Amino acid sequence: MSLNLSAKLESKLFNGQLEQKPTRDGYGDGLVIAGERDSNVVVLCADLSESTRSYKFQEKFPERFFEIGVAEQNMAAVAAGLGVNGKIPFISSYATFSPGRNWEQIRTTIAYNDSNVKIIGSHAGVSVGPDGATHQMTEDIAIMRVMPNMKVFVPCDAIEAKKATVAAAKIWGPCYIRLAREKSPVFTTEETPFIPGKAEILWESDKPRVLIIGCGPLLHNCLIAALDLEKNKIGTIVLNCHTIKPLDEKLILNLSKKCGAVITVEEHQVVGGLGGAVAEFLTKHHPVPMEFVGMQDTFGESGKPEELIEKYGMGKKSIIDAVKKNISRVKIIA
Amino acid sequence: MERLHEKKLKQLEEKAAEIRYDTIEMVINAGSGHVAGPLGMADIFTALYFHILNHNPKKPDWLDRDRLVLSNGHICPIRYATMAHAGYFSKEELKTLRKLGTRLQGHPHRTVLPGSETTSGPLGSGLSQACGISLAGRLDNKKYQIYCIMSDGEQDAGNTWEAVMFAAKYKLNNLTAIIDRNNIQIDGMTENIMPLESLRDKYESFNWHVIEVDGHNIQQFVDAVFEAKAIYEKPTVIIAHTIPGKGVDFMEFDYLWHSKSFNKEEAKKSLNELRTLRGKIKSEHQ
Repeated sequence: MSLNLSAKLESKLFNGQLEQKPTRDGYGDGLVIAGERDSNVVVLCADLSESTRSYKFQEKFPERFFEIGVAEQNMAAVAAGLGVNGKIPFISSYATFSPGRNWEQIRTTIAYNDSNVKIIGSHAGVSVGPDGATHQMTEDIAIMRVMPNMKVFVPCDAIEAKKATVAAAKIWGPCYIRLAREKSPVFTTEETPFIPGKAEILWESDKPRVLIIGCGPLLHNCLIAALDLEKNKIGTIVLNCHTIKPLDEKLILNLSKKCGAVITVEEHQVVGGLGGAVAEFLTKHHPVPMEFVGMQDTFGESGKPEELIEKYGMGKKSIIDAVKKNISRVKIIA
Repeated sequence: MERLHEKKLKQLEEKAAEIRYDTIEMVINAGSGHVAGPLGMADIFTALYFHILNHNPKKPDWLDRDRLVLSNGHICPIRYATMAHAGYFSKEELKTLRKLGTRLQGHPHRTVLPGSETTSGPLGSGLSQACGISLAGRLDNKKYQIYCIMSDGEQDAGNTWEAVMFAAKYKLNNLTAIIDRNNIQIDGMTENIMPLESLRDKYESFNWHVIEVDGHNIQQFVDAVFEAKAIYEKPTVIIAHTIPGKGVDFMEFDYLWHSKSFNKEEAKKSLNELRTLRGKIKSEHQ
């Protein structure tokens, strides 16, 4: 087994007994820590304090918590005003509403205006489940990473979400953090390194032939796929690309050269997201065959999270298929 | 802020006429830009920068300054001209409006021009930003006032009313909104495009204190700002009835001048008319 030991992942990673927690829980915990560390941290909420877990901050710091109602455009622009006057506002909602509905306010009053606002989009991806496609945001990475002066983070589990939240409060400037509704395995630990802008190798086989770059809870599927592939003598590297912007270009370049082929895995449209970011970079510096696991230009639908992940091609089997397909392409090119 | 006396009032009116003149020259020089709105707001901007605001042009980032938020960013020529007169930068810089490398962007940008407070242009989000600044002031126990200038056209925007509700909920009494009620927007008269009346009733029913003034009567406007400061239990909106293009006869009340620029002849004519206006102000006060 080729787990990268310095990533200090959870020891029970492959035996199915991992704690299950949604990444939004980590956000709620991180907010409280950030609020304790800096009295300038304030939180704005658009009638979803329970769903986004911002109520944890509200309980602790009611005087720094503002309920905006169902008004995401106002939420973004109020935060912009706070952020240029010494405050560190966090605004959280479902990602379809923020940054979905209020994208222009974020662009003009936060990003272009360089206001120190942290935008938290929960309920991203089809794993939202029964609520259906209206509430399953699958375009947020694209619309946020295209925006100048915006940093984009996609934590892979609740612990990493907590770290990303605490880190965002300390980083100057606009940040976006993408969260999920559904419980997912907590496979990192408090000791797992989290440095904004630095991707983390989670798995590295002896003779890796494909680099699997993932983000978000799907990274757990990537690791299971990597174990399966190794048993079948196919070596891979699994990279946790929790920061989509700025992309860890140096590491991605080095590992792409080492492997010769890349697949990206994200619970997002394959256009414009993590895959897009990696492809834009590699075509310029080191073109390699790529496959893209994610939503293939389609909306989701109601269903159980695990059913939807399978149906839309983001489960273990889809990742393994993408790796194998990519290897066959490498052979043809060779 | 002191009460106005006759001499100061005359000075302000003369200043407003000078600022109108420079505003037109700026827009002529730039070759594009909005002009009717800026002319209509010249008296109010002059009153704010030369009588009302607690500010320091040499220290635009002074933490205790009053904040003037311009929500309808397209009328920025009037703000730029007034800021130059107030000493934020040289009048020479006004010639750079809308040109490559300028700090005087076609719509205001906070990070390049200290003193702008916000970046604006897309309508409807300025009052929200002003609410955020107001909250920040309250959290920090600051005494500064926040003034937010909006157009009447942007009362069409849902975002504006989200902010109106928010300000009332949190009783933002350090916030005074000022609506430039000039009745025009790009496509025509506001009441034809999307009727706003009764604007007073709307704001009152949203729990705001409402004052209506003649936006060209500096005395009335200053009195309204005094009154707004005295209202503690709710935010105040001053609906300032203005004449778009005020000071240039052929532009007044004509919505086509909302965003149209001048040809040579119109430019000359408008500057001549403003010269006459300045003469009138002088004689009226003699």
